[in-house]
Amino acid sequence: MDRHLPTPAERFIRGILPENPVLRQVLGICPTLAVTNTMEGAITMAGAVLFVLTCANVLVSLLRPLLKPHLRILVFTLTIATFVTIADRFLAAYMYDMSKQLGPYIPLIIVNCIIIARCEVCGSKQSVPAAFLDAVGQSLGFALALGAIATVREVLGFGTWFGRWLGIRLLPATLSDRVWAPWTVMILPPGAFLTLALLLGAVNWAGARLQKAEVSR
Amino acid sequence: MNTHRLADAWLVLVLAMAFGASLAAVHAALKPRIDANKLNDTMSQVPMLVPGATRGERLVVADAPLYRAVDAAGMLVGWVVPASGQGFADRIEVLVGLDARAHRLTGLYVLDQKETPGLGDNVTREGWRTQFVGKPTDPPLQVRKGTAQAPHEIEAVTGATISSESVTAIVNAAVRRLREQLAAGTLR
Repeated sequence: MDRHLPTPAERFIRGILPENPVLRQVLGICPTLAVTNTMEGAITMAGAVLFVLTCANVLVSLLRPLLKPHLRILVFTLTIATFVTIADRFLAAYMYDMSKQLGPYIPLIIVNCIIIARCEVCGSKQSVPAAFLDAVGQSLGFALALGAIATVREVLGFGTWFGRWLGIRLLPATLSDRVWAPWTVMILPPGAFLTLALLLGAVNWAGARLQKAEVSR
Repeated sequence: MNTHRLADAWLVLVLAMAFGASLAAVHAALKPRIDANKLNDTMSQVPMLVPGATRGERLVVADAPLYRAVDAAGMLVGWVVPASGQGFADRIEVLVGLDARAHRLTGLYVLDQKETPGLGDNVTREGWRTQFVGKPTDPPLQVRKGTAQAPHEIEAVTGATISSESVTAIVNAAVRRLREQLAAGTLR
């Protein structure tokens, strides 16, 4: 059954860059745009996705002999919703301020396409090791993309990284009193769109160059 | 056939029950900690909700918590009433600050909400909440779309009428509760 499917190691490697959920599959764009104005928010989101995706993918893989084609989506959704609720309650108990900052975006992981896509593509078809490594690889890819965008936005917008002051602010608010102000647009939603667009462009450009180099070789 | 369909769905039924039970266990295990976090948050908000207050004293009246806001000398300066109700997406929990005789609102703070990002969650913004400050508590507050024209009117958040009305209804209920308890003499 696993004949034509990638091996566990291939699943792991593919999730990080070649099939990066945000940069190559363009999935999970809602949290990518919404929680990337600080590194702390982005990494907390990535951690929650790692937990939910790993648990859901492994459980779906264990249940795969029992899945009926017409009921599989229902089983995926139930599984995902359960682990998301656990993650949400955990954050409210142990990371209260972060839980308030992320607000509804943690419960919204339930509708994050990355997770249901992995359950469909890998969890429901492959063994537990493949499902586990696939989940970890995809989550690392998600963390990488969120971290890259959040780094650009937080450094340019607040002049901080993980909340730590770096000593730079990019735009002068008023030249007269030489106060260096935050670059507000990077903190607000447009900053997320601009950063994501430039990053996607750069990844596509690099991908095209690599392909060209391989063809000419 | 109906029996055939039920047999197909057994996995979903079993999973739903197992997941429900495990969520109940998680909730039971984490609830004390979450409640403690909310209590800390409430206590730290008391000075912002009632002018002149330095701390809150927790009371339980009719099985519901209530906070006496007192100044440095221990004199009563107002009340903080925790209240909740159904919002657009999920329950909204708020803290309502009132003066000592419950004649005027002195503050509003949103403790927990899961309203639509960018629309309903604007009820947590200070700019919207400040319109409650100084409002008389009689007659009850009413939401108006557009510009408020009477002292008891609250301007709805654009694109979030239901969230605005929910918060306002929760505030009105909290005010009613405190006024009733003050009138009944159960509070000093």
